[in-house]
Amino acid sequence: MDFATKDVNLKPDRPTTLLIEKHSDYLAKYGTNKDDYEYCMTEYLRMSGIYWSLTAMELMGQSHRMPKEEIISFISSCQNKENGGISASFPHDPHILYTLSAVQVLTMYDRLDAIDVDGVVEYIKGLQQEDGSFFGDKWGETDTRFTFCAVMCLSLLHRLDAINVDKAVQFVLSCMNFDGGFGSKPGSESHAGLIYCCVGTLSICKKLDVLKVDDLAWWLCERQLPSGGLNGRPEKLPDLCYSWWVMSSLTMLNRIHWVDNAKLEEFILACQDAETGGFSDRPGDIPDPFHTLFGLAGLSLLGNSDLIKPVNPTYCMPQETINRLKLEPQILKKV
Amino acid sequence: MSDSGDSDVAWTYYKDRPEWNDVTPVPEDEGPNQVVVIAHSEKFVDVYDYFRAVLQNNERSERALHLTKDAVELNPANYTVWQYRRDLLKALGTDLRSELDYVELVIKNSPKNYQVWHHRRVLVEWLQDPTQELELTRDALLQDPKNYHAWQHRQWAIKAFGLYDRELEFVDNLITEDVRNNSAWNQRYFVINNHHGWSDLNVQREICYTLEKIKFIKNNESAWNYLRGVLLHDKRGVSGNAVVTSFCEELYKNKCRSPYLLAFLIDICDEAIKKEETSCLHNANRAVELCQALAGKYDKIRSKYWNYMCEKFKKFQQDENNKDTADKIDE
Repeated sequence: MDFATKDVNLKPDRPTTLLIEKHSDYLAKYGTNKDDYEYCMTEYLRMSGIYWSLTAMELMGQSHRMPKEEIISFISSCQNKENGGISASFPHDPHILYTLSAVQVLTMYDRLDAIDVDGVVEYIKGLQQEDGSFFGDKWGETDTRFTFCAVMCLSLLHRLDAINVDKAVQFVLSCMNFDGGFGSKPGSESHAGLIYCCVGTLSICKKLDVLKVDDLAWWLCERQLPSGGLNGRPEKLPDLCYSWWVMSSLTMLNRIHWVDNAKLEEFILACQDAETGGFSDRPGDIPDPFHTLFGLAGLSLLGNSDLIKPVNPTYCMPQETINRLKLEPQILKKV
Repeated sequence: MSDSGDSDVAWTYYKDRPEWNDVTPVPEDEGPNQVVVIAHSEKFVDVYDYFRAVLQNNERSERALHLTKDAVELNPANYTVWQYRRDLLKALGTDLRSELDYVELVIKNSPKNYQVWHHRRVLVEWLQDPTQELELTRDALLQDPKNYHAWQHRQWAIKAFGLYDRELEFVDNLITEDVRNNSAWNQRYFVINNHHGWSDLNVQREICYTLEKIKFIKNNESAWNYLRGVLLHDKRGVSGNAVVTSFCEELYKNKCRSPYLLAFLIDICDEAIKKEETSCLHNANRAVELCQALAGKYDKIRSKYWNYMCEKFKKFQQDENNKDTADKIDE
């Protein structure tokens, strides 16, 4: 019988404790290295970069190390005056991904006054299609990621009524697969990242009860490999970001305890870069802000560290922000 | 990430090109935040400074179209470059066939990128010509059989233009190549579901196909999941199809203890209980036993899940035992 599994081996000299100061230094420095080639290369996703870094800093209680006023005026400059959407960076075209990142950052700062909120609402409303799905931008790519962006963004603005929520939910459900999971479009393969988007949408719309909960939760548990890490699809290598996507989904389904939490924590800690700070996709790779956020957020869900604040599983933002906004995304009852 | 091109000796910076001297480059951080940019890659900064300039002026020209090629080469993931390029293609009436060839080259170099595939799709829609899409995606899938972008594009083309005819053959080849390719199994479901339909005959055929593959490699999550998917279309469910149940029991008897087999047997028990059709093999006692084996030995990492399932079945077990007692008292 063939039991071969694609996985990684954790080395004995891996980090086993949380290097929180290193991560704070890493992120604080990241934004200032503007001469860095990588920094130039990531201009097209700058807005998301700010969201990843700021949220990670917030979770560590270190957000004072981010250049707040500079960030807020940067976001103002990225809003398109004609259609209300927000771009990754000036003068890029607006996109729903970066519109969401911008709104997340501004709600954490409690500074929505820095943008034209009605403009954002109109922009998102205009992207909804007849079948309930959302375009990502004017070029018409649809994807369950964009549904989640739209719904999350409007809920943060308390303006969910601007779109047809029932149709949005219907579209998400049309992407449910035979294995209980979800893909990007109807018929696309189940993928843990997209499952997070779909479960998150249903959580915000308070429709989690329509899921085949146990099937889906089992599929998610199956993502855990002997190393403790999680992959995003069968037979793929583990990647730290799935610690977030799988675990946040399981938290919304209230079945996080079905995964071996201790082994997962070991894997997440092993993805830290003990020299530079920051987390990478797999032990030994180069760290980046994206994986740094999802490493910290994953640890927050596991709840074993006093050094990390509670994260909201639906919004991937500090729970305190979600409380301040009086939002109550659905979480299923414990089984 | 594409090569920064620093080794490209024949390269002339845009700032040194006379035909561009009417344009003032726009650095990234102009605007609200003044930051000193010391370029790691001068070429990158040069190209993007000029790109921002033409974008801001909304310049519609051949030279701008050419500039977007340089910008794509440096970073094919930059969504704005592609959007702007499409605006230019429309405005300039560029030959879309040559654009199709161009984007094919970019896809070959960056096959895991949302923007390039989306560009491809828009071109195919504009031309209403999907004749090259199956081959293009086949090539990408030969390189990486699980490339999500390639699969999405393939499904889109098949659905939009009805290209189902030889898809099952294609999928079969991929599954033969790697029986654990979950993407291929998903595509199999997509084809049957959207084209062939779940007639009794097709359901039976798919069951036989899947069982053959499981026989070959038992510990295969994808095949077991597909089997469940097919059985959603069998009125008899997972527990009522004798071919399936006897296949599973046969494996079990032959000492196969793949967690997927045991999990499937649990599903059979679960359904039998719910339908009140329990048998000597498929009942709550058996389910409890299997859950315990999984939690304690064959799938320890998910022991919490199996323990939860086990508790669930223990309740049924009690009900069953009470019922047995009640039946006996009645007698």
